[in-house]
Amino acid sequence: MAVSGALAAGPGLLKMGMADLRLALPGALIASACAIVGAMIGLALPANIIQAELGLTILCIVAIMLLAKKSEFPEVPKADALSTALRINGIYYEPSTEQEVNWKIHRTPQALATFILIGVMAGMFGLGAGWANVPVLNLMMGAPLKVSVATSKFLLSITDTSAAWIYINNGAVLPILVVPSIVGIMLGSIVGVRILAKARPTAIRYMVIGLLLFAGLRALLKGLGIWR
Amino acid sequence: MSNKLKATGEQLAYARLLDYGMKAGLLILVLTFVVYVLGLLPSHIPLDDISKYWSLSVHDYLKATNIHTGWSWLLMLNRGDFLNFFGIAFLAGVTIVCYLRIIPIFLKKKDLVYAILAILESLVLLLAASGLLKTGGH
Repeated sequence: MAVSGALAAGPGLLKMGMADLRLALPGALIASACAIVGAMIGLALPANIIQAELGLTILCIVAIMLLAKKSEFPEVPKADALSTALRINGIYYEPSTEQEVNWKIHRTPQALATFILIGVMAGMFGLGAGWANVPVLNLMMGAPLKVSVATSKFLLSITDTSAAWIYINNGAVLPILVVPSIVGIMLGSIVGVRILAKARPTAIRYMVIGLLLFAGLRALLKGLGIWR
Repeated sequence: MSNKLKATGEQLAYARLLDYGMKAGLLILVLTFVVYVLGLLPSHIPLDDISKYWSLSVHDYLKATNIHTGWSWLLMLNRGDFLNFFGIAFLAGVTIVCYLRIIPIFLKKKDLVYAILAILESLVLLLAASGLLKTGGH
């Protein structure tokens, strides 16, 4: 399902230049390879353990995002050698302030190492890992929040594709549940891209934190058997 | 607005193909789902029986429904429920096609690092799609 939303949002985000292909590709390769491993683990673990682990992980990320400062436009004093060599940088147009924002990134090797963990978790939970991609791209690498949200969404279309194939080929798909969800998520994602382009970065930050908080609490409570 | 933003050639090529693929996949999904819910084709699992399997693990679900893993779903496309797998697999295949589209663009630009990244990613996705990877279930 995460794949379908990302596929629907991808074209708009890429055409606008808000999602960045060069930023996404290295992390995508690492995460998608690891997502295969994660999906295989996920299919072999009891659902309540997966839910509780996911809930705890997301709530930790909420705490990190709440404590982070300047996350809308992080300060990157100097691009690191790897991102310079890979030419990962860009210009992002912020409609709310009508300004072009030049961005570059740092801590690329550490972030790519983190994508190993993200890939395993994305595959294991079968949910997509926007909750993990956004903090890594934004807080660790220093990409602007909107670029991070957009690139994360696009990343999901790649990383979770590998996990989706594992689930499809294992027959673990109930069309009566999955298809209406996919169609709804795809239509919602197309609308979401338009909102992301126009919304203020601060509003996006609170939206991301609010949704993560809800998703994290829900997953944890479901895992503990409190939410049914 | 959009003219002020800079998107590279390969990014736009990827976006265009993804756009076509995504819309085609969405259309296939809607059409196959209509066939399924209207009962135009017989289902492997009758709609009324699905709730029996919701709480089962993947392993128990496959065993109870006599569903085989791998690409065997292709042989069951004459069933209304499995017809939906086609649209889902189509969507899951779009990214692979997009990657194959940008490899020659990177090579033409002599951007070897990204060409190699794109080739490796295509191989990873093809491996995942191959059905060679199995899980034990639980």
